[in-house]
Amino acid sequence: MTMPKSIAPPSAVRTGVWVGIGAITMSFAAYTSAMVVRRGSVPEWQHFTLPPILYWNSLVLVASSVTLELARQRIGGPFDRLGHSETLLAAKSREWLSWYRITLVLAFAFLAGQFLAWRQLSSQGVYLATSPSSSFFYVLTVLHALHLLGGIGALIYALRCLRTDDGPRPVNVLGAAALYWHFMAVLWIYLLVVLALWV
Amino acid sequence: MDSVSASITELPPATPHQHAPPKGFLWKYVFSLDHKVIGKQYLGLGLIAVCTGMFLSWIMRYHLAFPDKAVPLIGWIAPTFAAGGVITPEFYLQLMTMHGTIMVFFVLTTAPFAGFGNFVLPIQVGAEDMAFPRFNMMSFWVTFVAFAVLVAAFFVPDGPPLSGWTAYAPLSAVGKASGPGEGLGQTLWVIAIGTFCIGQLLGSLNFIATTLDLRAKGMTLARLPYSTWAWFITAMIALIAFSVLFPACVLLLLDRVAGTSFFIPAGLVVSDALQPHSGGSPLLWQHLFWFFGHPEVYIAIVPGFGIISTILPAVCRKPHLGPRVLIGSQLAIAGLSYMVWGHHMFLSGMSPASATLFSVPTLIITIPSAIITLLWLGTIYGSKLRLDSAALFCLGFVSVFVTGGLSGFFLSQPSIDTYLHGTYFVVGHFHFVMGVAAMFGIFAGTYFWFPKMFGRMMNETLGKWHFALSFIGVYATFMPMHWLGLEGNVRRYSSFPSDYMHGSLPLHRFITYSALFLGASQLIFLVNLLWSRIRGPVAPDNPWQATSLEWSTTSPPPFDNFGGVHPVVYHGPNEYGVSGPRGDYIMQTDPPSTATPVAAA
Repeated sequence: MTMPKSIAPPSAVRTGVWVGIGAITMSFAAYTSAMVVRRGSVPEWQHFTLPPILYWNSLVLVASSVTLELARQRIGGPFDRLGHSETLLAAKSREWLSWYRITLVLAFAFLAGQFLAWRQLSSQGVYLATSPSSSFFYVLTVLHALHLLGGIGALIYALRCLRTDDGPRPVNVLGAAALYWHFMAVLWIYLLVVLALWV
Repeated sequence: MDSVSASITELPPATPHQHAPPKGFLWKYVFSLDHKVIGKQYLGLGLIAVCTGMFLSWIMRYHLAFPDKAVPLIGWIAPTFAAGGVITPEFYLQLMTMHGTIMVFFVLTTAPFAGFGNFVLPIQVGAEDMAFPRFNMMSFWVTFVAFAVLVAAFFVPDGPPLSGWTAYAPLSAVGKASGPGEGLGQTLWVIAIGTFCIGQLLGSLNFIATTLDLRAKGMTLARLPYSTWAWFITAMIALIAFSVLFPACVLLLLDRVAGTSFFIPAGLVVSDALQPHSGGSPLLWQHLFWFFGHPEVYIAIVPGFGIISTILPAVCRKPHLGPRVLIGSQLAIAGLSYMVWGHHMFLSGMSPASATLFSVPTLIITIPSAIITLLWLGTIYGSKLRLDSAALFCLGFVSVFVTGGLSGFFLSQPSIDTYLHGTYFVVGHFHFVMGVAAMFGIFAGTYFWFPKMFGRMMNETLGKWHFALSFIGVYATFMPMHWLGLEGNVRRYSSFPSDYMHGSLPLHRFITYSALFLGASQLIFLVNLLWSRIRGPVAPDNPWQATSLEWSTTSPPPFDNFGGVHPVVYHGPNEYGVSGPRGDYIMQTDPPSTATPVAAA
């Protein structure tokens, strides 16, 4: 008898996100160690001042994590303990949706802020290939932005699931997306510290 | 464990997001979400890649044996690069680069890990599929695109790159100036390998989540079959390794196309032209590459460990010796594999103290490797070994792994490596320990799981001939390379015109004849594959009287693997040589105390 296959259980989704976080952490660790080596290999490492908007941007990203949690609280709680119909009833209320929308707005605001920072630097003549420090600055910030775009995609997908699906799936997807989103904020803070100290 | 299996069974029986049986050729066989189809796709890609890689090696070997003669047919196949069949030093390096890249990435990684792992792992843990079927499908197609991009390098004006499968900077980074193929060909290489990393990361993510969270009820970690353990450990190695190779590829690509100077030093003059870069570190590439590159050896070989450890008890009809030590040793190898990358760089100018720091863990890694080998020998010792094709390739695996491992002792010592590193000794070493051992693991796995994959048995007579000729061919091809290396015969040279190397020409000819013989003997395998797929006898569910879950379902398994039921596991995979209702083995799904055999659930 040929049966359809079940969807992945919440624990697998959570494992998957953690494994993904592990891979991304390792990848950024590689970039950082490359930066340390590269910085040590030239005596005249050129420092430049980071655009101040990056610090405001950090606040925006952290705020988006907070608003996402506020939205999740109104949906019902930790994602992997849910899956009941009352969850979805709660999910249809307007309050969580407002927080969710604010999260997405903040997410796009962060990306826009990053874009402004890149423009500001390029207007000062600091491009990707200008100096080793500028190369690492652009590589790290652009790659973080690309990973963050994936997070925005996940949040939008979770929103779609919350609005249209029944069963445990929407809350699982939201939990996975939220975990990834918080990691993006943590990763950004780490990168900001690294960039502020070494670039 | 119980909560995990409970969470599986508690899922509603039907939701709109279930992975339903596909309809239509395209969704069933091309963009399939079914792990079994994806596993076969990976194995098919591996087969195409290994044929390509072997063909390239034949051209190189022919030229090494007869440097003054035109290579037959090549002038016609590749008139741009080898006009009249003449192999230039540059084209030789291009062949070498593509041979190494194709074999390491698209054969030794895809077949034993992604291929067999995809097909077998979910069934062995009692799951319906991988945890994330869409990621799984993406993993294969991303890998396929990577292969297509790499092979496309043959069809660009200057041809494929010539910087070796290790793509050492700065030559790989400065572009066209460093030689033919270093323009677009090298760029395609970097894009292909970066893409390949993404494919394997998606695959590793699936292997880990499936093993940890989709196990059937009763399938504790201690009850996991050894092959699943090996694929799980390999996935963890691959996750870290490819996470580092990907950034390395990004930085190399930027050096090539965006004018950055990550790996290109200041004042570099290539082809009489000063390069407009400053201050980069070529050694940085080597560190990043070998941080991936050495674990890659284990990505290729650890699945072979698992395959051998799964097959040996079944053909010996006795339990595997020291199962926990076996798993522990593989975990130790995985951990140590990240501490030894510097032994590939003894000649890069590192200090003797650093060399010692990398040498010691390299020597230590031989301890768990030796333990695993002794466990295999102990399992075989005193057993009623059933010498079928799979068993023969297991024995062959042990042999070539020991042979290759022994030469590793020498190379792990900086003082000896200084002499041997640039010679054929290293070529012989890694072809035995990584290439041939992994290939023998692939062959053993194919003879063992073919009945489960296709529902038909392979021909045993052809299988035994395949083994015998391959075994002879392998030793005849790669063993003399150690001698060449000890004589000081350098590697990567397209010919040996110097007087002191003239004496090695007869041995090179012998190696070339052996390589052609070895390649030709693989035709037996290809014929056996095709013939058995079409005309082989119909396979029973459990032709080898083996214990793990894949043998408790039909051959081939249904779409959902177990025909609509969730298997429950009561035993470990090591229950051989016992007295049970089935004979001398107890399957993992057999109830603990009844004599009634239970299939599937």
